Amino acid sequence: MLRQAIAITSLSLRSVPERWGPSLVIIVGLAGVVAVFTALLAMAEGFQSTLKSTGRADIALVLRGGSSAELNSGLPREQATLIKQAPGISVGDDGQPLASAEMIVIAELLKTGEKTGSNITVRGVEPAAFALRPQLTIVAGRKFQPGLRELIVGGGVSRQFEGARIGETLRMRGSNWTVVGIFESGDANESELWADVEVAQTTFNRRGFSSVRLQLDPASDLAAVKDALTADPRLNVDVESEQQYYSGQTEQFRRTIGMLAGVVTVIMALGATFAALNTMYAAVGTRAREIATLRAIGFGGTPVVISVLIESLLLALVGGTIGALLAYLLFNNMAVSTLGANFSQVVFQFEVTLELVRRGLLIALVIGMLGGLLPALRAARLPVTTALRAA
Amino acid sequence: MTRTGFILANLWRRKTRTVLTLLSVVTAFLLFGLLQAVNVLFSAGADFVGATRLVTQARVSFTTSLPMRLLPEIEAVPGVQEVMWQQWFGAVWQENTQLIFFAADPARLRRVYPEYVMPDQQWKAFEETRTGMIVGRNLANQYGWRIGDKVPIASNIFPQKDGSKAWIFDLVGIYDGKDEEWQRNTNVGWINHAYFDEANQFGSGFAGTFTLKLSDPDQAQQIAQAIDARFENSPDETKTQTEKDFNLGFFKQIGDIGLIVRWILFAVFFTLLLVVGNTIAQSVRERIPELAILKTLGFSDRSVLGLVLAEAAAICVIGGLLGLAIATVIGITIGSSGNFPLAVDERVWITGLISILVLSLAVGLLPALRARRLSIVDALAGR
Repeated sequence: MLRQAIAITSLSLRSVPERWGPSLVIIVGLAGVVAVFTALLAMAEGFQSTLKSTGRADIALVLRGGSSAELNSGLPREQATLIKQAPGISVGDDGQPLASAEMIVIAELLKTGEKTGSNITVRGVEPAAFALRPQLTIVAGRKFQPGLRELIVGGGVSRQFEGARIGETLRMRGSNWTVVGIFESGDANESELWADVEVAQTTFNRRGFSSVRLQLDPASDLAAVKDALTADPRLNVDVESEQQYYSGQTEQFRRTIGMLAGVVTVIMALGATFAALNTMYAAVGTRAREIATLRAIGFGGTPVVISVLIESLLLALVGGTIGALLAYLLFNNMAVSTLGANFSQVVFQFEVTLELVRRGLLIALVIGMLGGLLPALRAARLPVTTALRAA
Repeated sequence: MTRTGFILANLWRRKTRTVLTLLSVVTAFLLFGLLQAVNVLFSAGADFVGATRLVTQARVSFTTSLPMRLLPEIEAVPGVQEVMWQQWFGAVWQENTQLIFFAADPARLRRVYPEYVMPDQQWKAFEETRTGMIVGRNLANQYGWRIGDKVPIASNIFPQKDGSKAWIFDLVGIYDGKDEEWQRNTNVGWINHAYFDEANQFGSGFAGTFTLKLSDPDQAQQIAQAIDARFENSPDETKTQTEKDFNLGFFKQIGDIGLIVRWILFAVFFTLLLVVGNTIAQSVRERIPELAILKTLGFSDRSVLGLVLAEAAAICVIGGLLGLAIATVIGITIGSSGNFPLAVDERVWITGLISILVLSLAVGLLPALRARRLSIVDALAGR
């Protein structure tokens, strides 16, 4: 039976080029489904991996209780000082706790070629901020000088927004800020502008901070620091690891994109299944005589079913691969941005991962299977005599 | 047999094929309807607010609050009829559901937004109840709130004077929209700014953004410029734009939804073109001898062309209308649940009908031309 199946399959596959019209329908249909599916999820994937790689597990992020995002949080100066003195914090070279109190505000920048502004995070940082983010390097220009209205700009912002290249000035609250450097970090920090926190506080008329980052001592752990800070009656704060904080922000976006991808894929898959059914019915139809002849000379029904199924699966696989390839060529590494948890833009890149391609191909195969099954059964049940007599 | 009957009979001779093709068209237009509705929501979705109002925000970003002391200066600008202010409250319901709540002055809100429809006594109650709040119909339905309820709403930004972020408001009114479109957007809650200003820990005097009603909407441009010029070079520089542009800009920040939708629709239509086009082409191929006989009987070239075109159009029109109809029903279901103001409305239908027309021509034309060119002798001879 196996040999029969192989014989019929190779026969039918060899005739595919003669029926290229209908076969193309399956291929293009599935390429469409897989391309859309892969591209949409590649967007979610890229967003997630950008934010995930931003946070570190050994850094505690302290916000005012119930704030959920740095933008909403506010810590008075004296509380920030208290927080830095918590037990279990590493000590820096200067003998001070390795901690950075930071203030974020939002500035509107114009995306290149657009007329409406986009929100960009401006982060005022203390010197220790750089020690807490070793992945961050200045790739052009220099760091800002404390006390001056100078900015360094993340690579993502610099590439996508106007007025964010070295030497250019940005206007915020009636004063001019000069861009003196570009930094890269390969994560969400690259979507920000950084400045000296003291200068930022004066300009924006704020006395407090948004958050405090603490480098945990290897001998201590997050739970201990958290307990110490939440037990302090002078404070009302939320403490989590930087990693938890950034991972938590991906959920909403992932859910939204996941839902969109789900709905679109299901509807498109339905359409593609109908198209595949059409193709395979047509394929069986045009080969009715040939199949009947094979049956007449002794081939069984099962090999016929198998050969039709294999043909439809193969076509589906080809279509799926083309779709995944298209998604990869068109979208992989394409930089886009969306609103993140701080009401400001997070720049990220599409990531077409192997896992996504695998899932896309699986969908293609399922559709190929569904589209091939009914026509295959019809082919096997074809009454030999009528089929031979027809046309 | 009538001509219509003939076309239908032709379609029906391969039932499976016609039904399957029809179903592909239905799914494609179902998707088209839904995606186009999303697109309209994000791009043209701000149209309905009209251009009669301006929004003045801090130039640096709308998340920076403007101080209340700008109010008299803005009010003094000629052409400004009425000014209200609104402060984002950062409302959170229960665990972590963010709600859209603003603090505003009730009387001014009513004058600036006549599109909000609410009984007089509820407006009055909102003005007189310090801890009062009003919510849109959709929001009230979604959470089952009734007038008279005490609703606990937390803020993720503003603590009360005692440091607690849990606020409680009295629901004194539920407003509706003046028309269907405004009704879909009744998912915003309003609290009393006077109370908020006094009770929050961060101090008073902050207005958030200002919304201006103009006596003459045609002057919007000049008035916006006049206001921004007034505050130039101060720490509180402003950016004034029409409410529509403000909303558009906000949606745009979420991402280029239009671009994503266009890419998906392109993929869908390209596929569809192939599926339907192939089916029609195949059915013409199979019927070449028949078409030749029709011509022998005296059917003109043009009427044969018409027959084939009509077949293609029939599939596209029936499938397309069905798909759009299903999308409309789904849109109504989603829209009335209050989660997402989706609506497959006349704008979606118009683009949908145009697409049906284009698709019919695109898939029918080639096979139809082939049928027209058919030479009787060759076709009958099977060449």
